[in-house]
Amino acid sequence: MVLIMNGIDDAKTYSGSGQGGTVHTDADDGDQGLAQVGRKVGTFPVKRGLAEMLKGGVIMDVVTPEHAKIAEDAGAVAVMALERVPADIRAEGGVARMSDPSLILEIEEAVTIPVMAKARIGHFAEAQVLQAIGVDYVDESEVLTPADRENHIDKWAFDVPFVCGATSLGEALRRISEGAALIRSKGEAGTGNIVEAVYHLRSIVGDIKKLGSSDRAERYAWAKNLAAPYELVEMVAEVGWLPVPLFCAGGIATPADAALVRQLGAESIFVGSGIFKSNDPPARARAIVEACVGFDDADLVARVSRGLGEAMRGLDDASYGARLSERGW
Amino acid sequence: MIAGILALQGDFAAHADILGSISVGSRYIRRPDDLDGIDGLVMPGGESTTMSILMESVGLFEPLRRLIIDGMPVLATCAGMIMLSAEIADGRDDQISFKMLDVSIKRNGYGRQLQSFEKDIWISGIGPAPFHGVFIRAPRVIAAGPRVEVLARVEGDIAMCREGTVLACTFHPELTADRRVHSLFVEMMRDGSRQTVERKVR
Repeated sequence: MVLIMNGIDDAKTYSGSGQGGTVHTDADDGDQGLAQVGRKVGTFPVKRGLAEMLKGGVIMDVVTPEHAKIAEDAGAVAVMALERVPADIRAEGGVARMSDPSLILEIEEAVTIPVMAKARIGHFAEAQVLQAIGVDYVDESEVLTPADRENHIDKWAFDVPFVCGATSLGEALRRISEGAALIRSKGEAGTGNIVEAVYHLRSIVGDIKKLGSSDRAERYAWAKNLAAPYELVEMVAEVGWLPVPLFCAGGIATPADAALVRQLGAESIFVGSGIFKSNDPPARARAIVEACVGFDDADLVARVSRGLGEAMRGLDDASYGARLSERGW
Repeated sequence: MIAGILALQGDFAAHADILGSISVGSRYIRRPDDLDGIDGLVMPGGESTTMSILMESVGLFEPLRRLIIDGMPVLATCAGMIMLSAEIADGRDDQISFKMLDVSIKRNGYGRQLQSFEKDIWISGIGPAPFHGVFIRAPRVIAAGPRVEVLARVEGDIAMCREGTVLACTFHPELTADRRVHSLFVEMMRDGSRQTVERKVR
């Protein structure tokens, strides 16, 4: 428990390539300017703080303001605004890009919970647009078609916080070194199949545990093998957790899936196609929210799992085609 | 002494950490029988809409309301404060509140995440050093009744206040290493359990 607190302190002193953030001076914001002098916005503690508030919750993919209302009514802690859920992106193909800003703005209008939106990997101009229209979190996402084959976005350059996907501890730490304030295990989006999410989560959490029992000499080799900055490797070894929260995404379709990944260490979950590709989205959304909270109470998970109708059909391992989780470097 | 921490959703673990660091035990509250034997209650930050839905579905709202009416010391931060406020200015129609703090409060009153900020504030009764306030999509108090004792302000707005046994902040003392707000709450818990003992003796 104390470890998480240390994590916050460490994260605050952690500077990476730059703390980012903006200090308001008296030139800012017209009439409000004087009162706001001394405010620090877009700092790492503020970015990470919102992720802390989302813990224990469910973030749901929505494609319309009506979906967003259903998600909020069901108890979602945030929504991810996008034009097509991952299952449709997978089925339809083509280049998947940032959503139309007008759709995101309509969804921001429709709900009071935080609104996230996706930018393509490396597409910092899309992220700039998302920041300009006031989204609460940017997901630099492998679900969209990557815009850069080598580089991710320099997330320190933004006041808006970023969440990034990871399949391994090394990938998670590279994203954190670029300024991500929240990590989600990638899973395989749009499949309704939990197997990849479990694989990624076990890999990340398992390596955190192993790293925790390493001695100092071994951590240099860990840093080399993970292709991650030594300072972050050291921090994970000392604290026993990432310096930001770890959520899970990709393939969650049932309340029991939610309970599974929570028990494996995910602190919150993203549900994409699993809700609105099922045949009773409001009931399934509520059931997944309740299972995410009561994940260690099998009686509760059993109760909320009853009579939800058919889950999304999904894809088995053999029929994925291209793996979205292999995007990202 | 044990602090019960409402642990349905949000940053409840951060409260447990900071209480642990001042040697106060805590227990996560997820169902009504978790409430037996606690000396104080923490309502954490998180999403108030989600927490209010979950409090009803697990049957915690009514037992919690009773404890608060009976004078259980409460520390409420951000979303927790919203759930205690007499009036939620722009809440959802179905959003429930304990109405135990006579303030009118506006959710996300400083704007969206991009307007979330850090700023030093000065809190009366905990010493002269400033407290580093972390305001995340913070609520804004737009009116307060005469029984509300203002303990700190940010840019003129109430940032921390007390009414009876309820202590509430629009910011997140649990996200900093400064333990003074939690220590103040622990003092209230001590006073509360002393009064309970005195009542029993009488």
